[in-house]
Order: sequence, then C-alpha cells, then structure tokens
Amino acid sequence: MSIDMEQFHEVFFEESLEGLDVMEQALLIIGQSNDPEVINTIFRAAHSIKGGSGTFGFGDVANFTHVLETLLDEARDGKRELNEECIELLLRSCDCLRGMFTALQAKETPNLYQSIELIAAFERILGATDKTVNTVQADAVTQTSQAGSGPMLSQNSKNDANTSSGTDNKVTKHWQIKFVPEPQILLAGNEPLRLFRELAALGDLATSADISEVPNFADLTVDECFIRWDLELSNSSASKEDILEVFDWVIDECTLDIQLVGDNTSTQDNAMTSEPFEVPSVDIENMLTTNTEEPEQQFAGADKKAAPEIRAPRSDKNTHPSSSSSIRVGIDKVDSLINLVGELVITQSMLSELGNNFDMTKLERLFHGLEQLLQNTKELQESVMRIRMLPISFAFNRFPRMVRDVAIQIDKKVELVILGENTELDKTVMEKITDPLVHLVRNAIDHGIETPEERIRKGKPEQGCIRLDAHHQGGNVVIEVSDDGKGLNTLIIRNKAIEKGLIDSNEQLSDNEIYDLLFQPGFSTAAQVSDISGRGVGMDVVKRNIKSLGGRIVVQSKVDVGTTIKVHLPLTLAILDGQLVRVGQQVFIIPLITIVESLQVKPELVNRVSGDMVMYRLREDNVPIIYLYKEFDISADNTDIDNALLVVVESDGQKIGLLVDDLLAQQQVVIKSLESNYKRIEGISGATILGDGSVSMILDIPGLITASCRRSNVKRQFKVA
Amino acid sequence: MKIEVADQAISEQVLRLEGIDFITGGDQYLTFTLGVEHYGLDILAVNEIRGWVAPTLIPNAPVHVKGVTNLRGNIVPVIDLRILFKVGEVEYSPFTVTIIVAIKDATVSRTMGFVVDAVSDVLNAEKSEIKNTPAFGGSVPLEYVTGLVNVGNNVVTLLNIKKLLNLDEDDVEH
Repeated sequence: MSIDMEQFHEVFFEESLEGLDVMEQALLIIGQSNDPEVINTIFRAAHSIKGGSGTFGFGDVANFTHVLETLLDEARDGKRELNEECIELLLRSCDCLRGMFTALQAKETPNLYQSIELIAAFERILGATDKTVNTVQADAVTQTSQAGSGPMLSQNSKNDANTSSGTDNKVTKHWQIKFVPEPQILLAGNEPLRLFRELAALGDLATSADISEVPNFADLTVDECFIRWDLELSNSSASKEDILEVFDWVIDECTLDIQLVGDNTSTQDNAMTSEPFEVPSVDIENMLTTNTEEPEQQFAGADKKAAPEIRAPRSDKNTHPSSSSSIRVGIDKVDSLINLVGELVITQSMLSELGNNFDMTKLERLFHGLEQLLQNTKELQESVMRIRMLPISFAFNRFPRMVRDVAIQIDKKVELVILGENTELDKTVMEKITDPLVHLVRNAIDHGIETPEERIRKGKPEQGCIRLDAHHQGGNVVIEVSDDGKGLNTLIIRNKAIEKGLIDSNEQLSDNEIYDLLFQPGFSTAAQVSDISGRGVGMDVVKRNIKSLGGRIVVQSKVDVGTTIKVHLPLTLAILDGQLVRVGQQVFIIPLITIVESLQVKPELVNRVSGDMVMYRLREDNVPIIYLYKEFDISADNTDIDNALLVVVESDGQKIGLLVDDLLAQQQVVIKSLESNYKRIEGISGATILGDGSVSMILDIPGLITASCRRSNVKRQFKVA
Repeated sequence: MKIEVADQAISEQVLRLEGIDFITGGDQYLTFTLGVEHYGLDILAVNEIRGWVAPTLIPNAPVHVKGVTNLRGNIVPVIDLRILFKVGEVEYSPFTVTIIVAIKDATVSRTMGFVVDAVSDVLNAEKSEIKNTPAFGGSVPLEYVTGLVNVGNNVVTLLNIKKLLNLDEDDVEH
C-alpha cells in the first residue's frame, strides 16, 4: 500500500501560511505586551510548521524553522529577551518561509539563499550569548551543504574558529550502532537519512549499508525499506541518551543496537551539552554528502532502476491540478444553512399537500404558505451569500507589518489604528481590494504623515496616526483610510496638473475636481520618487480596480489636519439592486446605485446642441441623452423625446439620461454571466432571470457612456471627412 | 406546449428508429432539417430538444443570434441555423424546435441552442461512410462541416459542433 502524500500538501501549505500570518501578527505586538501567551503562540506556529514540513519531506523548511524554534525556545524559557533585532530577524524569516512555501506550492525548489543568510544571523545571535549551538550549527551546515553555494565556506570557517579553541580536552567516544529498520518505516514518514544527518551532528559518522535483504526488482515495493545500516559515530561527545534521542521517533519500528567501542575520557559526560561540540564542520559536511548519497547509490547498485522509482512520487506529480482556492466557513454558518433548508422542505411539503386537493376555501392558507416560501428563500439566499463573506481583518491583517516596515524605512513614526475589522465582505471583493488598500496606506505614510521633526514644529504629536476603518453603510461597505498628516495641498496639485498638461492653466476647479486629478494616470506630487511611492503609477490603478468592483472613491482633505480616502464597495458582486425598465418589448435592468433620478421630460428643457446632440437641462447641468432603443437597435413605444421618461444615471462623474418607455419594479437580481456561453456585449454587464423565467439584460452604465462617446466621435470624424 | 413538441419530435424519432443497429462501431448523429436540406449533429453533444420560445434579444448582436434564453438558470444563447446557413424559410411556428447542444471538456464548457425546422432521425454512420465535402458551392461555411453521409436518396451534412459553439469567437476576428 502506498499513501499519496501529495494530497495533503495543499492543506499543509494552507495551514502553514496561516501559521505564518499568526506568527507575524504576534511578532508585531510582542514589543508592547509581556503576555507569555504571545511568545507561546509564535512558538506553536513555528513548531507546527517544522513538524509538518519534516513529515512531508520539505527538509529545507524544517531545518530553517528548527533554528527559529531554538531561538524562540530560549525566549520562551525566559533565557533571552526578544529585542528589536531578533524581532526583525524573525519577521524576515516569516517572509523567507512564505517565499519557500510559495515556491514549494508551485512545485519549484525554493531558493535557499535567504534562509542561509538568516540562519547565519540567528546563529550569530544565539552564539553571542550562549554557546549551546550544537543543533543549530549542525542544521546550518546541513543547510549549506544542501545549497552548496558561496556562504557555506565562511560559515564553516566560522564554526572552526568557534570550536577549535575547546577541542583538546573534550571527550571523544566511539559508538557502533546497528540500525535495522522495519520495512514499513518509510510509511510513517520517517526518513533514515534524516536520522543520520542528526547523528552526524553529534560527531564523525561513517555509514555502511547492508543491502543483502533487498529483494529482486520484481518483488520490490517502493515504499518499503530493506536496507540495514551499520553506523560508526566517532569523535563524539554524545552520550547513549543523545543517540537514543535521535532514534526516538523510530524506536518502535526498528531494531537498534548501540555499542560503546572506545572512550577516551569518561568523566565529563554531563558537561557536554552546554559546551560547543568540537567536530570540524568541514568533516560533517563531507560526511553529509556521502551520507545523503551513499545509501541510494548502493541501492542503485543493487538494482539500477530502483532508485529513480523510489523518487518518483516526489517528482512526477506535475499533472496534479494546481491549487484551487478554498474558503473556510464557520460551522455556525453551515448550521444555519441546514436549518433554513429544513424549513424550506417543510414549507414545500405544506404547499404540495395544499395543492393536492385545492379549493378556494384554502386560498388564505396558500397565500400564507407562499409568504413563508418567500421568507425562506430570502433567508436562504442571505445565508448562502454569507458563506462567501469574510471579515475584513483578512485584508487588514497585513497592514501592521507593512506600516511598521515602511515607517522604519523612511524614518517616520506611525501608529496604525484598525477599526471595524469584523466587517464582512465578499471574498472576491476582498481579494481585489487588498492591493488598492495597500497602495492607499503606503501613500498615506509616504506623502501624508510628516517627519517627526516637522510634526513637532507643527505642534502635533511626534507619532503620526493612520486609521483604517471599515463599516457598513446602506448596502455598501465603506473602507476609510485616514491619516493626520499634512493633507492635500490643492494649489500644488493644481500646479502639477497644469505642468503635466492635464488641465488648462485658467481652468476653474472645485476642490473635489482637484482631488480627482490625483487619480489621473501619470500624476504624482511627490517631490522625490521614492521606493515606496511617487512614481505616479498607482492611484489611477487604485481607482480602476475599485471601479471594476462597482465601487467608488471619495477624497476629503484639510491642509495640516489630514486626508481621508473613503472607498465605497458593494457588499457582493453576485447580487445587485436593480431598477427594471422597459423599452419596447424588452426589460432591462439599471443598477440602482448608478441612478441619480428618474423624471418626465419637459419639452422646453430639451436642447439640441453642437450638431445633433440632445441635451437635457437638469437644474444647472446639461445631461446628454442616450436613446436606449437606438443604442440597442430595438423598437420602442415612444421614440419622441417629449414627455418621455428619462432615467438619469451617473458614472465616473458623468451624468447621462437614458430614454426608456416605462419604469417597472425595483428588485434584487442575481447576476449571471453572458460570457460563459456567449461573449461580452458592449453596454451590457450581464444578464439575470426575472420572476417569470425570462432573461433580462443588466446595463453597464460606464460601458454605455464610453460606447456612445466613441460612436459620437466616429460620427464627428465622419462629418469632418 | 414545449413538452408536447418535444414529445412529438421524440415519438417521430422513435418511429424511425426501427431497424437501426445500435451495436455498430460508428457514431450516431441526430439529424434535422433546414428547409429541404438535411443536417446531422453528434448525438452525444445534444442535451435536449425544446420547442421554440421567443428569447430575449441581445443588443447589437448578429442577425443569426436570436437572443438568450433561460435554461434552468443558465443563460444560453439561441442561434438560428437557418439564418446562419442561409437556407430555408425563417418562420417561427409551434413546430420550430431548438436543439440544445453542449460541449464540456477541460478547456471549454459551453451550451448553446440551435433553431432548426424539425428534428428527423438518428443516423448511424461509420467513419468510412463519411465523405469529404466538395470545396465549392454552398452557403454553409466549410469550416462548420465535417463531412457528408448518404442516407437513401438524401445527403446529410454533418456539422462540426466545436466550431459551431465558437461562433462568436470567429465573429470577433472579423
């Protein structure tokens, strides 16, 4: 029987990445709190990552986390204070691990460069105060030997320097170990090579494999182990317990015989653990390379085709479907769903019983039943939608780390306040909003918050404050990013815009219109382009992303008081509040959020301007009119502008009037894609199914505006020609 | 009404199914008529046959795209093959039928409805019986045709479903 470990990988990665998030968050608060639970949290996260990666054979990750764990262990036992440097290192290790997992997830070999560097740094810290570095060093060496790259040499020479001083008067024992694993040992996730690696950390290790038991190729099962090993551990300070500890996990699955052969000094047995061990690491490294290769080579010698076959499960799984995204749903949500479905079934059975022998006397009950059905469906729909909802903390959680890093980078003092992190948002919306938010927060730190000196000069507290606030407002979620920095200077923005040729120098603009300039492509007011922001790429992308989600963005600012950017987002992308309108025989849906007002056209307010463009005077504004029936090439009852119904909609600050025949109901509609079976249609964002089972198109207002702009441009060009 | 028509179509089929040997190695094709011409579609791709229901218009769509219809919650475009192939009289009577065709593999999953005059038969055709289409003549673009099969005195044009379901992509290129 062989177990396909691959199937658990995805879960492991997901859990590990979650673990890393937990670790990161805890690391960020550890400076402020003395709660021992915080360090325990970090330790637990690191520990489970280590355990998991060991089990799944991601040795690099396991080794790396082991070093982390050593440091954390000391911190947990109170032997060490986690200072800024440690925290910084630990945070960087989180990034490093995340990189490794991402690489592994994509079935690539992770780049070990960063981890080697970090291990060296950890080791320095660990070595600086305490000489108990045995396992750490061994791991570091394992790491370097695996990577086989540059840093290894300096590492080794340092080890030598560290250890050579104490070499002379140390115990050197010579152990002979006979290790006969049971055939099933590999099934339990135990890898003999790992054991040997750990043994090698205890001293000079010589191995020889006995392959007499290896069966013929035909009888060979790939996941059984038939090799026996004779190990000789010389030049070691390890006691029998130390060796047994190495075999701790496999003791039930092997026959182990440990013999002490030679013992130079027998008196200092116990002193050893707290002293650096004295094996020249170059030797270990040699041992390791022979170690890792030897058994397999011998195996291959026994049967040349066997070795590749053993490796097969790891290498040729590329055919597996790549990661499918999943969602974690609270059991309470599922329970409520089950309850609702139960109620629905009851209502249904009641209605069908009613239908069996229906007469007019039961009309009342029928209405009652239908009402109940309506209620059930509505609740069910809400519940199902809630499954897709995640608290916005999923997006917010990355900000403490980012704010801290950015603030350090540019020497500003910033405090981050997060409010309303339990506000729930659709998963798709959440995924798309995170990057724009990151951008806004970076901007706030870089451009908004002043340097500490400047702040003191202005009489503000030295530490700037950035607030992230999410809350519901009507059917929308509003996310506010505000800072108490210098605010937006409309004069500077204006001048910059004139300089860039975005506006005319004598154009009169309101504050809001000036703020809108910020979202123009290629606009940046930063005097200097920095690493963080200022290239002028970004705000336009932010706006585009938010618009593509059907949201909008509002800027409020006051010089020297601060800037607030409000992002309004729809709760979900799947359902929309719509106004049903009729044009001829067809029913269209206009998203309610875009509608400014609906009105009956007064003939005297209609103007024809600049060559066959029809405008409607709406108070101060002139609103261009789009004839939906012309736009869509369908017939309509009313083609006359006088006394027609006009729905004024707004998108991107542009108002237009849509001429329709009739206004019908307002209702929530479920958005269905036209693209899945057909293709995208200009001016239409999707379709939905109405109560009578017919299909109705949902209008895409921004698309309609651009389409009709383009058409009028074409017309203009045509006329010129 | 929908069901009646479907029933009728099926019963018509059943009558003509006699004598068909289901054990042959060849593929089976659902045949239908457009005007006086006979066409065939791979029967494994046919989901169902429905009566004609006026679909919802798609704005600015090509003339052969009649619109979209609701197929149990899915939005399915409806294409009139008679207009696309420029054959037969285009009129919608209670006997006009829509063949719902779907393909689903790793890369594509599409469902479309094709309006035809009437469904006639299930045809068994061995690979060897399928003849190449002559490269001149008709109004049906050659890319939609996989071959011709002789049935009695008639010739049935076998259609390429994949091509048909990707109609719109070709439109985009034009």
